[in-house]
Amino acid sequence: MTFAIAGNPNCGKTTLFNRLTGASRRTGNFPGVTVECKKGRIRHAPDCQAVDLPGIYSILPYSGEERVAYDYLNNNNPDGIINIVDAANIERNLYLTLQLIELNKPTVLALNMMDEVRVNGGFIDIDLLSQILGIPVIPISAAKNEGIDELVKAMTETAQKRILPKKSDFITESKTECTSEQYAVLAEIRYNFIEYICSKTVTKPRETREHKRSTVIDRLLTNKILALPIFFIIMATVFWLTFDVIGELLSDLLRMGMHTITETIDKTLTIHSINPILHSLIIDGVFKGIGSVLSFLPIIITLFFFLSMLEDSGYMARIAFIMDKPLRQIGLSGRSFVPMLIGFGCTVPAIMATRTLPSERDRVMTILLTPFMSCSAKIPIYAVFAAAFFDDNQALVMFLLYSIGILTGIILGAIFNKTHFRGNAVPFIMELPNYRLPSAKTTFLLMWDKARDFLARAFTIILVATIIIWFLRTLDIHFNIATTADESILAHIGRLIVPIFTPLGFTDWRAATALLTGFTAKEAVISTLAVLTGADLYEQAHALSAVFTDMKSVFTFLTFTLLYTPCIAAIAAIRRELRSVRMTVAVIFGQCAIAWIVAFLIGQPIILTIVIGLLCIWGVIDYFTKRKIPE
Amino acid sequence: MNKSKTIADMEIGSTAIIIEVSGEHSLKCRLSDMGLIPSTAVTLRKTAPMGDPLELHLRGYNLTLRREDARRITVKTEEL
Repeated sequence: MTFAIAGNPNCGKTTLFNRLTGASRRTGNFPGVTVECKKGRIRHAPDCQAVDLPGIYSILPYSGEERVAYDYLNNNNPDGIINIVDAANIERNLYLTLQLIELNKPTVLALNMMDEVRVNGGFIDIDLLSQILGIPVIPISAAKNEGIDELVKAMTETAQKRILPKKSDFITESKTECTSEQYAVLAEIRYNFIEYICSKTVTKPRETREHKRSTVIDRLLTNKILALPIFFIIMATVFWLTFDVIGELLSDLLRMGMHTITETIDKTLTIHSINPILHSLIIDGVFKGIGSVLSFLPIIITLFFFLSMLEDSGYMARIAFIMDKPLRQIGLSGRSFVPMLIGFGCTVPAIMATRTLPSERDRVMTILLTPFMSCSAKIPIYAVFAAAFFDDNQALVMFLLYSIGILTGIILGAIFNKTHFRGNAVPFIMELPNYRLPSAKTTFLLMWDKARDFLARAFTIILVATIIIWFLRTLDIHFNIATTADESILAHIGRLIVPIFTPLGFTDWRAATALLTGFTAKEAVISTLAVLTGADLYEQAHALSAVFTDMKSVFTFLTFTLLYTPCIAAIAAIRRELRSVRMTVAVIFGQCAIAWIVAFLIGQPIILTIVIGLLCIWGVIDYFTKRKIPE
Repeated sequence: MNKSKTIADMEIGSTAIIIEVSGEHSLKCRLSDMGLIPSTAVTLRKTAPMGDPLELHLRGYNLTLRREDARRITVKTEEL
């Protein structure tokens, strides 16, 4: 039997799901959906499984993520519905309950956080509530693991005997296809009935401790003056901890571990005098390739740890609240800000984080713009070039590069907003939940999920890609082993694409090849240049001047590197989130085209000035025409 | 008293009663789902640092809403 867990966001659904299923859960992706429905077998109840639906406020689908829940309830026909209700916020929560009852399926109401209500002096008459609603009501505390067995028992019994809700006659048969007037009237009827139920069964607690605490925290965190500085401090701390302290430490440990394993296998292969080509494939192709990607795993997990803390604590909703106004200028909502911020760390988790966005339009736009936020893997490239060519102004160059990325994102966002993604912006209506201490179990399960996601990718698409690159680097065009890198297929391809980059000012095939290998991972740009120039670039940066003969080529190369397609892991993430190979290919070409255009403009100051001028004029005209439109 | 007062015109910290919710289909449905229906009491708690969006308190929870959407909801201030 399958039971769907439905309820409002932030009422403890995932906690309940984890309690029900324990460690035995399996995560399954339903094809063609925005956000996952998680499925898991219920402990102590043979042949029963639970499905965790995305949080919904209403049966009427509004965002992509709510449509998932709606479609599931309608099409998959679960044997029963567990409706979880936040007792501390019972009035709004019961609205969904009434709609679920209207679906006329075996339903059990799990009244969560009863402990919170009781502590604050409130009381809910469970029996009367059950009697009025016509469905079983079980008080539980998902966080404290109370009432879970009773809930499972009630649900299996209700589902086995197919006990339908004793339909109250006040509820009109509701359709999702009706005018907004009819819909509003239905909503009013439901809310009036809820007010009646609450007046009979609920003794309202005094203002809950949680709400009072939230108000106090909010006084600081969404303070008119302090909100932005505090936000920047929090984010800076998260980044610092992720990239400099914890992630770095764990990454180094992992890298050391990988190194030791690689060495051991290397030695074993040498001892048994394995064919040197196979040897090179295993060590240089598989191990070094996978190793360089795996070393990102700790950073990604750490980043997700902090992100889930921000999300579960309720601060993420406040970030969206604070940043909504500035982002609306380019047609995005406050919620898009978070993925873009993560993009400065790593594009892969950033793309994955777009899944939290309620509007499909915002989500796609955010996925398209996030890669322009320069990720941390590009830092070594900038560092090497800055050391080689900009002795005195290294920090300035870094700053300029980051700014170019952000500006490109803003301009593209504005253009998207006026063209392809015009109009259908979803209004920004969002609950600001009470601040809560995130549950350790939920957080760790989430981290485990992300880690598994990432590992699955590393051992499929990235493995294949690194092996292909290895072959291209090792073989010459006659498929013999190339004696020097100069003769490899990779070099030939590099020479083939050099004409593309000639207008940008760099004509050396080694630069083109470095960009090509940069598709696998941005670290490969520097390592390729190092191999091809035969110099350790961290030590002898000046070796680069053989490849880049003038400053123009340096600028254009760096700009192109900044903006062109992120690594293969990011492409895989984009494909997964866009769920379309065709769109992903378009994104790849689009990013290369944009990188080329911007790099070209950087190399042509006169044309660049004209373009910026035109953009400014467009912006001004647009601003004034927009203002003339009456309310 | 101004007849066409909306949530966007409310003063911070004040409470008012919803008279009518207008706006296009999905917005109106959504607002209704969230409990913004006639005769509901709404308190304007604060605005974001740049004056938009707004933070409301109704039916025991907090909701954020943009000014432009808040203009669709007419209210009357409570009789003194």
